[in-house]
Amino acid sequence: MENANTRRKFFGRVLAGAGALMLAGCDKLSHTEWFTNVLSTGESLSKNAHHLLRNSNSMAQEFTEADLSPDFRSNGTSNPASAAYQAMTTNNFADWALEVGGLVEAPMKFNLAALQAMPSRTQITRHDCVEGWSAIAKWKGTPLHEILALVKPLPSAKFVVFYCADPMEEDGTDLYYESIDMNDAQHAQTILAYALNDKTLPIKNGAPIRLRVERQLGYKQAKYIMKIALVEKLDDIEGGNGGYWEDNGYEWYAGI
Amino acid sequence: MLATLNVPSKHLPRSYLYHRHPAPIRVMHWINVVCFIVLFMSGLNIFNAHPALNLGKSSYTNQPPILEMRAVIQNGELRGRTDIFGYEFDTTGVLAVSDNAAGQAVQRGFPTWMTLPSAKWLSMARQWHFFFAWLFVVNGICYIAYSFRIKHIQNDMAPKKAEWSGIWQSIKDHARFRHDPGEAAKRYNILQKLAYISVIFILLPLIILMGWAMSPFLNSIFPGWVDLFGGRQSARTIHFIVAWLLVGFIFIHVSQVIITGMWNNLRSMITGKFKIDNTHESGE
Repeated sequence: MENANTRRKFFGRVLAGAGALMLAGCDKLSHTEWFTNVLSTGESLSKNAHHLLRNSNSMAQEFTEADLSPDFRSNGTSNPASAAYQAMTTNNFADWALEVGGLVEAPMKFNLAALQAMPSRTQITRHDCVEGWSAIAKWKGTPLHEILALVKPLPSAKFVVFYCADPMEEDGTDLYYESIDMNDAQHAQTILAYALNDKTLPIKNGAPIRLRVERQLGYKQAKYIMKIALVEKLDDIEGGNGGYWEDNGYEWYAGI
Repeated sequence: MLATLNVPSKHLPRSYLYHRHPAPIRVMHWINVVCFIVLFMSGLNIFNAHPALNLGKSSYTNQPPILEMRAVIQNGELRGRTDIFGYEFDTTGVLAVSDNAAGQAVQRGFPTWMTLPSAKWLSMARQWHFFFAWLFVVNGICYIAYSFRIKHIQNDMAPKKAEWSGIWQSIKDHARFRHDPGEAAKRYNILQKLAYISVIFILLPLIILMGWAMSPFLNSIFPGWVDLFGGRQSARTIHFIVAWLLVGFIFIHVSQVIITGMWNNLRSMITGKFKIDNTHESGE
């Protein structure tokens, strides 16, 4: 019996040791370029599989007032620490104007009143954070396709890039940015929201406008948008991966 | 495929090796082992990014989470608290608060030795999880297709009518760790069949489906389908629970492997050869 006990202990230790070695090996692999490239084929597979299912221009689920979350949680930046942004808050973004340019026939500027005068869409949708939580809220805003119809994208435009006001570094650098493809840009539910739950979009949730691109995760829903640019490719912008979190290891395609 | 030997029972050799598992099954079994370990551990790392489980369509519904891991400061010390269905447990050292690589107690759902990567690293955990999810699903489809083709499912796993009456006997045998090492070991017993069938056709499809239910894009394919499972947060909770049910299955599976002859069982899943021992009278 004692013998069996020692043997059991021995096997237990061997297993624990082997497990620790394996985990250390996996940690090492996570820091190599070749292995993370292998892993990222998973993202490509998912993206392509989703694209195959995409012809329908499927609509994200919409909910009812009864499903609204009591408070729409603010995640990431809740008040951009930049002098330029803070200056805009003093007169309720009266000096703010959204610049839309890049690969378009007619670059334009829109102030908040102009956006609000355009056709709007109201939708109750679920916001899914990459961390795992979800919150349901009612958004009202200008459909991005309405804006694109005015500025007329050139055929070479493949992506829409959103430049934001919130610095991600304490020294005020590394402004948040995001990007989506033209399919999502033209989607009916893709809006530049200026109202949340029937009230003016609060600063903690992205005032004056934030993006809603409902078939993707939370980090795609860029807040504090200052400028929109249509581009052909993303590799020469910032870190080259199409977004702040993408430059920090997250997938560009956030449909999963 | 559990081949049957056409030898009249009284002339059975005392003991012999027979071919238990064909090569494709063996290979797919071990791919599955790797996939499950990676998926489980990277899944726990992903869970750690929001160490709480809710029911319903969203996380904020005025209902408390059914499970939550949180850190509190008590007498100047960081303590880990885990709430399950409103009951609070101090789980410092394992859940909610445990040591990081530098040996400092920090807030984290599951401890470093249970997660992949060991550090808090959501984006990398997702890379591991989704790559191995593809491998796992493709391997699983191949396994099911192959198993049907060689009639492994039909002949070896589907319970036969006569076996249902033996279910109580089988439960008693398992409880007493009594296993026939002779010819009966060539067939799966009724509990074993039910366990395999429910894992292959219920738990694994369910955990994959609940993974898909968390994808905002896949939600939009048929808007509302996720509500059949109670909503996205319920789906996340089911995904988590099924993962642990699978761990439970693996615990029993590995225990049975050890109890019924570890080396013989391991050999049958590596080289395919399984030793039948007729030297013990089964009494049947």
